[in-house]
Amino acid sequence: MPVRVLVAKPGLDGHDRGAKLVARALRDAGFEVIYLGIRQRPEVIAAVAVQEDVDIVGLSILSGAHVALTRKTADALRAAGGGEVHIVVGGTIPQRDVPRLEEAGAIGVYPTGTPLEQVVESLRGLADPQAASLR
Amino acid sequence: MDEEVFSEAGLPLEVSYGPGDLPAAEALPPPGEFPFTRGNFPRGYRGRSWTIRQYSGFGTPEESNERYRYLLAQGGTGLSVALDLPTQCGYDSDHPDVEEEVGRVGVALDTLADAEILFDQIPLDSVSTSFTINGTAAILLAFYVAAGEKQGVPRAKLRGTIQNDILKEYVSRGTWIWPPRPSLRLIADTIEFCAQEVPRFNAISVAGAHFRDAGANAAQEMAFTLMDGITYCDEVISRGRMTIDEFAPQVSFFFYTHGDFFEEIAKYRAGRRRWARIVRERYGAKDDRSCMFRVGCVAGGASLYAPQAHNNIVRIAYEAMASVLGGVQSMFTAAWDEPFALPSEESATLALRTQQVLAYETGVTRVADPLGGSYYVEALTDAMEEKVISIMDDLEKRGGMVDAVEQGYLHRLIADEAYRVQQLLSTGERSIVGVNTFRTEEQAPEVEGYEFDEKGRARQLERLAEVKRTRSAADVSRTLAELSAAAGLDDDNLMPRLIACAKAYCTVGEMVDVLKEQWGEFQQPTVF
Repeated sequence: MPVRVLVAKPGLDGHDRGAKLVARALRDAGFEVIYLGIRQRPEVIAAVAVQEDVDIVGLSILSGAHVALTRKTADALRAAGGGEVHIVVGGTIPQRDVPRLEEAGAIGVYPTGTPLEQVVESLRGLADPQAASLR
Repeated sequence: MDEEVFSEAGLPLEVSYGPGDLPAAEALPPPGEFPFTRGNFPRGYRGRSWTIRQYSGFGTPEESNERYRYLLAQGGTGLSVALDLPTQCGYDSDHPDVEEEVGRVGVALDTLADAEILFDQIPLDSVSTSFTINGTAAILLAFYVAAGEKQGVPRAKLRGTIQNDILKEYVSRGTWIWPPRPSLRLIADTIEFCAQEVPRFNAISVAGAHFRDAGANAAQEMAFTLMDGITYCDEVISRGRMTIDEFAPQVSFFFYTHGDFFEEIAKYRAGRRRWARIVRERYGAKDDRSCMFRVGCVAGGASLYAPQAHNNIVRIAYEAMASVLGGVQSMFTAAWDEPFALPSEESATLALRTQQVLAYETGVTRVADPLGGSYYVEALTDAMEEKVISIMDDLEKRGGMVDAVEQGYLHRLIADEAYRVQQLLSTGERSIVGVNTFRTEEQAPEVEGYEFDEKGRARQLERLAEVKRTRSAADVSRTLAELSAAAGLDDDNLMPRLIACAKAYCTVGEMVDVLKEQWGEFQQPTVF
């Protein structure tokens, strides 16, 4: 069964080039991608993630508000009954914030400059650790 | 047989160019003459250098005011105000959904009280101020006019620009509020108001930059931007109250300069020529000043990369030089550390110095249009103009920009081009030093960046509460009611209403909500 991923931009930042590139690369790699677009409230992202039964939620944030928005999305997911959904985050993220994001609930962090192939492989591994280790 | 070589935007290139590639002499008049291919001014930068304008705005109005005064003291000649996202999208700082965004990517302005602090001790009759603001541009203009009055500066002396270009927001930058049709009406209101009352202020800066950063190539960037410019001019002209010559001199443009050196130069030259012809042929302009394509630009943006980030300093310097050889009127240079964070004071100063070295040391400003007559540059300018025309024709056939926006067609074109470029980088067909070639193992650098002050939001909320406590509730409800009534009519200019709201210390969110009730909200197509 293909891995289902929801790609969304929480908060008000509208720079969506990265989010769209990742969405398309994932689709080309065989993932089922739901692209929710920009300016999404964490509660909406969580509701759609649960409704669509996704394995992974990918957030893209370039405004600097990544830690707070990731935490809000993780809280909203738990509240919506999607606590098992993985959260990954990409965007303009200084290295010093990677641990803060992990603490806020992100299992993967991809700062600007991460090659697309690396993002795809990382998500494949998250969705199915066994298959990934056999490859 | 040589393999085919293309510019970044896909223009085919010869091995070399010669006399046969030059346009006829009459098609290439000297700088300062219609159609301005060789620049707007006969004396180039000798008469007046470009405006060095660095984008900044941080946290609270107090912090930003301090940064502006620093930049002016360092020789900056204009201010460029970055607003935070809640202000740009029409939310007050105390709105529950925007908590983490207050003062984050720019300064928070909720009411006129914030604008008064932001411009404290900055002489608004001599400094020119550019606001990167779109959805709420008319409201910010109202704040600026009112803040000027408080300083005793009459409207007629205010200088600056509001970006005020909503069409590209629907596609690429995302700070939309209302749907396209009422938004166009509000923009036409600001253009009319500036033409009549604030003659030294540019009511709109039609921006291709954000298409570019979202993935469009240089030809698309220019074509989409010119189409947007046409849409706004059509809107004003269709009211039948003004001629093109009454407002076109206050329309300016804004682009990104990326890395393909000659293509960028050709882009600016081709854009100047095309716009001049559009204004004369489509709108019957009689005044050549109406036909001038006034351009600001940014060097940096998506052309910067995180790996080996110091290489960005070099990229920005080349881009800045291409911009000047292309004849821009104002420029800001990004900082090398922007792929990681908002710039530190040190990296922001280096970006400013990059322009100063260009302006004062390299000598490129000594002669107007130094590349004019170059076989290659002229041929590339012609090829770029042809490409731009073909993209514009396609959009016209599809019903123009509003339809292209509402149907997601522009979103599709940009996403496709972004993906095409990404493929070229992945396969190595396009080289980026330190990214897909000459790579080194490196740790992401510990950039100093700008450390966000969480306390700023608390101060902002305190002031907002204070303003709400001390203002006249009667004035607030009266001015908002008048705004609402005027918004329901088609032929009432909303600017005087917004200025009245500003002076009554209505908040941005209050004004925006009143207009949302009348006009509704935009729903963005989600194309990827």
